[in-house]
Amino acid sequence: MIGLIHYLLLATILFGIGVYGVFAKRNAVAILMSVELMLNAVNINFVAINKFVQTGNAIGQLFAIFVIVVAAAEVAVGLALIISIYRLRKSVNLNDFNLMKW
Amino acid sequence: MSFTINDLAFVLTAGLTVGAALGVVFSRNIVHSALFLILAFLGVAGIFMELGAGFLGLVQILVYAGAISVLIIFAIMLVMNVEAGHTNLPNSSRGIHLGGALVALLLTISLGAAIWRSELSAFPGPQPVSDTVGALAELMLGRYVVAFEVAAILLLLAVVGAIILARGVEEE
Repeated sequence: MIGLIHYLLLATILFGIGVYGVFAKRNAVAILMSVELMLNAVNINFVAINKFVQTGNAIGQLFAIFVIVVAAAEVAVGLALIISIYRLRKSVNLNDFNLMKW
Repeated sequence: MSFTINDLAFVLTAGLTVGAALGVVFSRNIVHSALFLILAFLGVAGIFMELGAGFLGLVQILVYAGAISVLIIFAIMLVMNVEAGHTNLPNSSRGIHLGGALVALLLTISLGAAIWRSELSAFPGPQPVSDTVGALAELMLGRYVVAFEVAAILLLLAVVGAIILARGVEEE
């Protein structure tokens, strides 16, 4: 009874929650966490389509692993940036970061 | 077409994942957000296991629920300078907040409707997958070996870059 559609709908809902978090939050760490939610939704899509459409190989799962690798790198660099700018500005509120605006 | 135990497991894990994700974005304390995020990662790992991707589920638990959440919680502890209940407030500009909610809602509804009305349910049911790890190893070190090496270099560069960025430069 549970088919491909249900997994895709779950991924859509997770992605929408992530989009809302990226727009509506002002803490930089919260925005990184919302991006992680969106990447997880994409991974669910990869694995579900691999299972239901492209049966017989594991390419979808392989790409999900690559997405996890890129997400890990992104989180490491993003958090380092946040710590670095916190040292300069004593804030993680994105509205305070207008160094490159004039 | 009856409601089997697998369907029940899917409904429970999907509900857990979506509820935890809502907790991440609506919580006003960022430590609570981070803990909800761990719960959401574990729910996604459960979804992977239901999809027959046990190895990926384990990778998800190890990398996301283990490493990335520890990294995020460390960063939160390093940059928290206000009262805990006000660390994760919504954007002060009401227009951006409501606009973001509207964009997210419209995106979810349109994508969901497109999926719901599509012919995707016509695909045959799942076939038993045997030896996923073996198949992954064949692909990763065979046809996609270049991507594998590039991913390794990317991780190395990201770690070195993160160290350089977080350490900062000494003032002359």
